[in-house]
Amino acid sequence: MSEIHAQTVSYVRETMLPEQEPPVTERGAIKWVRENLFSSWLNGLLTLISLYFVYWVLSHTLGWMVYGIWDASSLSECRAIRDELYGEGANVACWAVIADRWHQLLFGFYPAEAYWRPVLALILFGGALAPILFDGLPRKMLMLSIAAPFVCYWLLWGGTIWGPAAVALGFVIGGMIYAYSQSIIGVLGATIAAVLVPILYWLFLAGPIAGALGNTLPIGINAIGSAEFGGFLLALVIGASGIILSMPLGVVLALGRQSDLFIINKFSVLFIEVIRGVPLIVWLFTASLLLNYFLPPGSNFDLMLRVIIMVTLFSSAYIAEVVRGGLAALPRGQYEGADSLGLNYWQSMQLIILPQALKISIPGIVSSFIGLFKDTTLVVFVGLSDPIGFSNLIRATTDWNGIYWELFIFIGLCFFMFCFAMSRYSQYLERKLRTDHR
Amino acid sequence: MTAMTDPPNEGFRLSQLIYDTRYRSMTIQAVAFMLIMAGIIWLANNTVQNLSALGKDFDFGFLWSRAGYDINQRLIEYSNDSTHGRAAMVGIANTLLVAVLGCVLATLLGVIAGVLRLSKNWVVARLMTFYVEGFRNIPLLLWIIVIFAVMTESTPQPRDFREGGTASMILNDTVAITNRGIFIPNPVWGEGSGALIAIFLASLVGIWAFRRYARKLQEQTGQILPVLWVSLGLFFAPVILAYFILGRPVTLIYPELGGFNFTGGIQVRNSLIALWIALSLYTGAFIAEVVRAGILSVSRGQTEAAFALGIQPSRTMNLVILPQALRVIIPPLISQYLNLTKNSSLALAVGYMDVRSTLGGITINQTGRELEGMLLLGVFYLITSLIISSAMNLYNNSVKLKER
Repeated sequence: MSEIHAQTVSYVRETMLPEQEPPVTERGAIKWVRENLFSSWLNGLLTLISLYFVYWVLSHTLGWMVYGIWDASSLSECRAIRDELYGEGANVACWAVIADRWHQLLFGFYPAEAYWRPVLALILFGGALAPILFDGLPRKMLMLSIAAPFVCYWLLWGGTIWGPAAVALGFVIGGMIYAYSQSIIGVLGATIAAVLVPILYWLFLAGPIAGALGNTLPIGINAIGSAEFGGFLLALVIGASGIILSMPLGVVLALGRQSDLFIINKFSVLFIEVIRGVPLIVWLFTASLLLNYFLPPGSNFDLMLRVIIMVTLFSSAYIAEVVRGGLAALPRGQYEGADSLGLNYWQSMQLIILPQALKISIPGIVSSFIGLFKDTTLVVFVGLSDPIGFSNLIRATTDWNGIYWELFIFIGLCFFMFCFAMSRYSQYLERKLRTDHR
Repeated sequence: MTAMTDPPNEGFRLSQLIYDTRYRSMTIQAVAFMLIMAGIIWLANNTVQNLSALGKDFDFGFLWSRAGYDINQRLIEYSNDSTHGRAAMVGIANTLLVAVLGCVLATLLGVIAGVLRLSKNWVVARLMTFYVEGFRNIPLLLWIIVIFAVMTESTPQPRDFREGGTASMILNDTVAITNRGIFIPNPVWGEGSGALIAIFLASLVGIWAFRRYARKLQEQTGQILPVLWVSLGLFFAPVILAYFILGRPVTLIYPELGGFNFTGGIQVRNSLIALWIALSLYTGAFIAEVVRAGILSVSRGQTEAAFALGIQPSRTMNLVILPQALRVIIPPLISQYLNLTKNSSLALAVGYMDVRSTLGGITINQTGRELEGMLLLGVFYLITSLIISSAMNLYNNSVKLKER
């Protein structure tokens, strides 16, 4: 063929032309800007408005934040330093309030010589959480997770070590009964005994045992009452206990709501709907005003515990709804498959249904946890001094009267860090547990 | 060939209640019922004992006694001579007011933020991500307090509006933003304003009828009428014409500085505005995520198919994407509305007199009727939640995919 060409055409290019670069507007940064920022006139307008907005916000706040004063012991001193440094009436932040009241914001009225206890409890809590959150860690660490709640309780509230130890012993007794008595009294008998015996033990034996041990072998640290708790310590204690306690309760309620047993189903529905229909703040007021009516005359226990109970109940209803969504989303075949294998109800739930249902519900569960943690700020209304309550207390002192934004920004940033970390973790977990191949 | 054997006829043994699956569920339910009932009776018994020990009774009679406190923000007639029941109604009206305002603004913000977060525009998408993450991860209570502080701390005092003062009214001297609230013009309904309202309502009916007709026409013949422009025309033209023909029956009284405060206009209190804006921004961030998830749930093929059919982008959004996305959006949207309504009880933080502050606050403190007051409060929120969720469920059923 080429010979024919050679005769008919005078010139044929035999090599490819070198590739040319695309035009300037179609490459590099200019292309990106054209496509992403100014693809149409509407888009361009939006870009300009947004950029102006960002500029406006930053120009008003950046200098205020960056030139802020960190070292002062009162607002008037802060202003004096400011006048000296930047001239009369310059608009700069006074971060010194955070440095000055750092311990109060973190620990509330917790005695200063005992600050190591919450810190140690937090480290322990982190260590206990790690093997649950990341399964690359050695499984032996789970022992720490089981012991942590009792040790943390003891560290935070203090008192004799035998109180939490006696309560923990109840769980050990229950577990032992369940493990070793099955061959004697059957699975059902063992389950009933494993629930009943510890309850009887807690009601009648735990107190005297702890008292006797405390008398003979007084190991303990000085007790610190709930009234001393405050600041982020309070928010974390309420949030963490609410999260830990509401999860099992929520799963049980969800199973109850999906159950075929008429009475259990109806009571679960009633409980969930009533709790969800009423705002948390009303429940908190119920806890602080009304709980004394519902308990036997003369019984009274501290407000923080009441709040933890209410927050737990509230959050468990929301978790129940999320888990119910997960249960309902599982294909019918999974339930039928479990039945056809001859598994009983609890086995099928534990081995087949719940692992899948909980996996689907992870985003919802974590967002309820985030909601719970944010809602701990509401305890300020029933008289507990959480970070927001403390910001009011700090503002009420003569030293810091009239300081607003610095405290709000600090509190907001702390909450943001916790909640954002939780939502990132849920995304990580979702990716890790995704078993379909995309 | 009697292969069929009769079931063993041994009679009923007590152990069957536990080991026979036919009876076991009954046993479990009976035990559960007894335990729950015992718990309820225990609680009720404690309550009766505690009430008698305190010398109190269970009586709602306090609702008809004189309240004796003032409420600064009210939609219905109320004075401190009114009853506690009336005060509760004022509170309910205030709660509903902020809930409705909040739902409207939150939906608006949420839809805008959700759509813009998906935009290809990098700056806008980042800005919206910032907004959504910021509001979702910081407690609502903090936002309410911050916005209230902004409104009271960085707005001018009424006295700054005097001659030679530092502040001035905006929007052609009709609206004054002060640290005591925003003062807006007060409409005066003069002679003939009834007719004006009637005309306005008639034009609304007209719009509805026209849209119906246009849809019918399009379904029958395929002809598309300019629905938007005609609707806008019908909305504005008759009312504006009638306003001038009737001789301007509705006039506005502008707020004016008199003494230490503005008079004449309507004072919208800072507590209401701060609560409203905070609730809307907060819930708007959640709605933005709902909207985003809804739009992402419509597969890309739908858009491509619509483009392949030659449908314009705006119509693709209206006719193809949104109807499908709405099915995913509405159920979580309902729960966001419910959350907003319940969160309006945080009004406490800014002193807005909602039902929790009147019935569940001052009334309880004055009468000492915690049990009755909290019960009524709980029932009110429960009923409101049920009404909102059933109304939205009705709407959800109407847009749901009709499966046959």
